[in-house]
Amino acid sequence: MPHHTFFKFIWPSALAMLVFIALPIISITIQSFYIDHEQVLVTVENCGPFGCKEVTKVDVDATRALSEQNPLGKFNGFGTYTNRNHLAFSQISEAWNAAPNLRYFIGEVLNLPFYKALSFTLTYTFVVTPCVIILGFCIALCVNRLPSIFKGPTIFVSLLPMIITPLIGSLVLFWMIDAEGIIGSFLKIIFDDPSLSLKASPTLTWIMLIVYGIWHHAPFAFVVFYAGLQTVPKDTLESAMIDGASRWEQTRYVVVPHLMPLVVFISLIQLMDNFRVFEPIVGFNAQASATSLSWLIYNDFRSGDGAMLFGSAAATSILTIIGVSILLTPIIVRTWQSSKPAVRG
Amino acid sequence: MNKTSSKWLNLFSICFLVLWLVLACVPFLWTFWGSFKVQADFFSKQDWQNALFGVRTLVETGSSFTSDGYQGAWIQEGFWKAALNTAIVTVSVVTISLTLGTLGGYALARSGFRYAFWILIAALIFRAMPHITLVSGYLLPFFELGLWGHLSTTIIVLVAINQPFTLWMLHSFFLSIPKDLDESAMVDGCTRFQAFRHVIIPVMWPGVITTGLFSFLLAYNDFAITALLLTEENQTMVPKIASFLGSTQEQGNVMFAVAAVVSATAPLFVLVMFFQRQIVSGLTAGAVKG
Repeated sequence: MPHHTFFKFIWPSALAMLVFIALPIISITIQSFYIDHEQVLVTVENCGPFGCKEVTKVDVDATRALSEQNPLGKFNGFGTYTNRNHLAFSQISEAWNAAPNLRYFIGEVLNLPFYKALSFTLTYTFVVTPCVIILGFCIALCVNRLPSIFKGPTIFVSLLPMIITPLIGSLVLFWMIDAEGIIGSFLKIIFDDPSLSLKASPTLTWIMLIVYGIWHHAPFAFVVFYAGLQTVPKDTLESAMIDGASRWEQTRYVVVPHLMPLVVFISLIQLMDNFRVFEPIVGFNAQASATSLSWLIYNDFRSGDGAMLFGSAAATSILTIIGVSILLTPIIVRTWQSSKPAVRG
Repeated sequence: MNKTSSKWLNLFSICFLVLWLVLACVPFLWTFWGSFKVQADFFSKQDWQNALFGVRTLVETGSSFTSDGYQGAWIQEGFWKAALNTAIVTVSVVTISLTLGTLGGYALARSGFRYAFWILIAALIFRAMPHITLVSGYLLPFFELGLWGHLSTTIIVLVAINQPFTLWMLHSFFLSIPKDLDESAMVDGCTRFQAFRHVIIPVMWPGVITTGLFSFLLAYNDFAITALLLTEENQTMVPKIASFLGSTQEQGNVMFAVAAVVSATAPLFVLVMFFQRQIVSGLTAGAVKG
């Protein structure tokens, strides 16, 4: 296809991606170096019946004029990145100097908002992703053994947790897990502890969110593996059987190697999706014990008093994007190397 | 020996599968059933069985089932408006992103130049961007330009965010349509665009429907973008449900949220019921070919 025809076909799509994906990345980069203007203060003499007092007031007009003149705010350099809500260098070095032992130091660091969110995001990503792959693989193996009339309905039910809106899915589970909901009250009976509440304990909240994540993403891995199982070469399986391989050995030495490329694909998609974990935290109302990087950004826009912390959100966004790149570089490089010949041909 | 072990394996695999199916569907059945009860039953302090039989519902409303939650959500809280907004947003997003995506995906599949590959890699990187980081880039410019809060802005943003995925899906679909088809039309004197219109468009619908399903899911399920880019009157269903939660203190409001949740889930159920095959094939297309 000649260049100009190609361009004619691709420009709407490319333009949309440039304006709404590439430009915003540049825009947050710039934004992250600025912070809001400080309010302009004026000192006025307030004279009443009991004499004159000097009062400091916010000059609303001047403040507005300033922010209209320069909506980005004032230049702050890397100030936002290093403050307490982000990388918090000075707090960390303080904690390091004051810490009697490593445990105390780690505890202090994980209390800082950014590191608290980072620790949950990484834990979630690296627990959910392998669990999803294993669970999805087991379900796929089991469904594959079913008689074909049961396959359709089984796949239907299995797809439900995946297509459900994440916020809605987490709400549905949250209501059941509530201390007065069905699972919550069963847990109380099982552990014989009437005050047991999943919401009150940070550890249980983390477990709850991770279980939700596995429940939500497992169907994706299942469907991909299930389709992969349909393409396992029959001859190889049969010759393995003739050679006396048990069912386990057939799975281990024929099926698993055949599905390995799919594992890479699923991990790629899962790492992307799990790293942006956000809706479950809103749905489970879990921000007291678990926050994620995406939630921090959301919180900067929803911080109660109506002021939106653009600089802070932008800095967290940049740090998040850096995190995504570090996470995905190995897989993308691998995909690139293996897909090179295909694209050339 | 081999026979008994395979019998146990069968039994184990069936138990495992049944357990999974229960986990996958009971939450929905439970919430659906409970949405017709009052709050005192759905969150029962005394006995979990109340939610099944509706003891308090019978006392409070005179019947074991009540549609109070639905009435409260749809009429009193104006959930119908949110549903309408969702319909507008999803239909527009699906239509626009498929139009852009088919053109782009076709070009990428037929280009044969190196830069087509780089565009795909760029799209993959864009796909990895957490949506909310992009939103934080939109807000300030949108406020400055007065674009914030409108449905149309949100639609365009969702279309753009959807493009990387759409391009990948349709690109791999168009690769599976033989090149000879449109090239022979061009030998017969068609321009590239005419070949696309008369030869490719009639055969592309299976791929387009599959891709459309996923565009629909993205637009329908989104919370991060719709929650931050829309004004309260323009809210779609998902942020509306989130705003119900903010006011749970009042008695009865939780049931509004439950009813709204069930209402918002219904279209997704219908979707899976009718398009199960396309969803399965769509999920695997990227994997098996890539």
